[in-house]
Amino acid sequence: MTAAIHISANGLTAVYLLSAVCFILALKALSSPRTARYGNLVGVAGMVIAVLVTFLVQAPGHDWVIGGAMGLGALVAVPAARTVPMTAMPQMVAMFNGVGGAAAAVISVAEYLHDLPLGVPAEKGVPIVFALVVGAVSFAGSALAFAKLQELMTGRPVIYPGQQVVNGIVGVAIVALAVLVVVTPHLVAITLLAIAALALGAGIVLPVGGADTPVLISLLNSFTGLAVAADGFVLDNVILVIAGTLVGASGALLTKMMSDAMGRSLPNIVLGGFGATPAGGATAIGAGQERSVRSADATDIGTLLAYSRKVMIVPGYGLAVAQAQHVAVELARALEARGVEVAYAIHPVAGRMPGHMNVLLAEADAPYEELEEMDQANDEFPSTDVALIVGANDVVNPAARDDPGSPIYGMPILNVDSAANVVFLKRSMRPGFSGVDNALLYDPRTTLLFGDAKESLTKLLAAVKTS
Amino acid sequence: MITDAVDLLVIFVLAAFLGFEVISKVPSILHTPLMSGSNAIHGIILVGAMFIASQAQGALQTSLAFVAVFLATLNIVGGVVVTDRMLDMFKSRQQTKAIRPEDGAKSDTKR
Repeated sequence: MTAAIHISANGLTAVYLLSAVCFILALKALSSPRTARYGNLVGVAGMVIAVLVTFLVQAPGHDWVIGGAMGLGALVAVPAARTVPMTAMPQMVAMFNGVGGAAAAVISVAEYLHDLPLGVPAEKGVPIVFALVVGAVSFAGSALAFAKLQELMTGRPVIYPGQQVVNGIVGVAIVALAVLVVVTPHLVAITLLAIAALALGAGIVLPVGGADTPVLISLLNSFTGLAVAADGFVLDNVILVIAGTLVGASGALLTKMMSDAMGRSLPNIVLGGFGATPAGGATAIGAGQERSVRSADATDIGTLLAYSRKVMIVPGYGLAVAQAQHVAVELARALEARGVEVAYAIHPVAGRMPGHMNVLLAEADAPYEELEEMDQANDEFPSTDVALIVGANDVVNPAARDDPGSPIYGMPILNVDSAANVVFLKRSMRPGFSGVDNALLYDPRTTLLFGDAKESLTKLLAAVKTS
Repeated sequence: MITDAVDLLVIFVLAAFLGFEVISKVPSILHTPLMSGSNAIHGIILVGAMFIASQAQGALQTSLAFVAVFLATLNIVGGVVVTDRMLDMFKSRQQTKAIRPEDGAKSDTKR
């Protein structure tokens, strides 16, 4: 096959510089809605340039390994990424991040093995150890986050006695093994180090649950960036250092933005803020069954909606799960045809990822002007007749505003309780993603319609049309 | 290569500052697409995996290299496709927005 094309070291670095510029422009463009799509394309261009030239320079004798593995990777990744439903996007991001972390860890091990017969100098051993530990933590953490979001295991925080102590011991073991690997290079030590790092990654993610999981994925994304940068030091490669560091730094900032949007501090999330009340969810459900709720049938609620002046639709994860966005928009149109003013109140973290609701409603052709952000919507609730909550819970829970003892206290919410009537479309009385009970469900102004969001909306639509 | 450890350190520090600066002020609807897009970018680790593959000696190192290239390709391709799908939704919204004012009646008759 192709002989290696000779490109000087300077030439290769120049190509990498071009690719680095693409990545910088890509990140910049991705942070504005107008340019975001173009940003992704520029990122692809940077990737193609770097990968293609590296392949031409490095491949002799090993073309089949590289080509075969790349072909196989593309064969697996494209269908997986194409067919996954929009609701499962956060866990897909987690998975593709995890494999990147794993690749970084595997590379550092391979390089270590390659150099072992001749001895590994400390200035190379240190970044090798760093890339291995951070990459493995990112991989194990992402895999567990995937399992949680995919509901292969409980999405709730997993807490056991002495958890912090166990994580601490694993952390100390990692430091000790890392020193050992650098000072006296050995195969057994680096294997144990890899295992310990995997355990730490799992240990970090276990106590995090609920709506915090996407923030944690962002943090692990930043970790993978740093592991890639460390591999850049290992392999003496400029583009790995630049791209890895860009992702590490921007990812850290993005993680902070995401946790700020939820009104939560990052240390609080990582150390398992919800973990303080592991039994809280269960008792809240128990207590909930004691209190009375008011439920009604679709005809009653349809009439209430049809004769309102102003209705605010508050979508949440339940809307996404039921794929009810089209019916929701149809209901809004039917109401508007009767002269009812309708708008959608979008909480920034409604659903399982920021922007989730905008994406779904845009897909259903909801008019852009009717999508209202939190502050704007909160100004309107006092003049709203009916707040129609479709499969949302935590983002409208007044406890986040009023109850300092609540685990979600401090998260900004939609003040649906200032509307004249509140209608919840819910599948069951189960609490929301955070596991925190919602007192608003028991409010005398609240009416519940149980059932799948799509079915309920369809019934409401029929009721509105006939009333 | 023409770089040594100190050169790389300089690049690392500057890139870290750049990473912080380049994404200031991201609206919350773009948090997840940006996360996904930067996720694809760290797939550049594929370049490192290729270096490992080209110098691999023996079955173990070759297998590790194969795994590394495979995983890195998953990272890039999956990351790019997922990001593209997320951003597709923004395109359809902007088109809807553009069509509506001038031709509202037509888009209504479609459904």
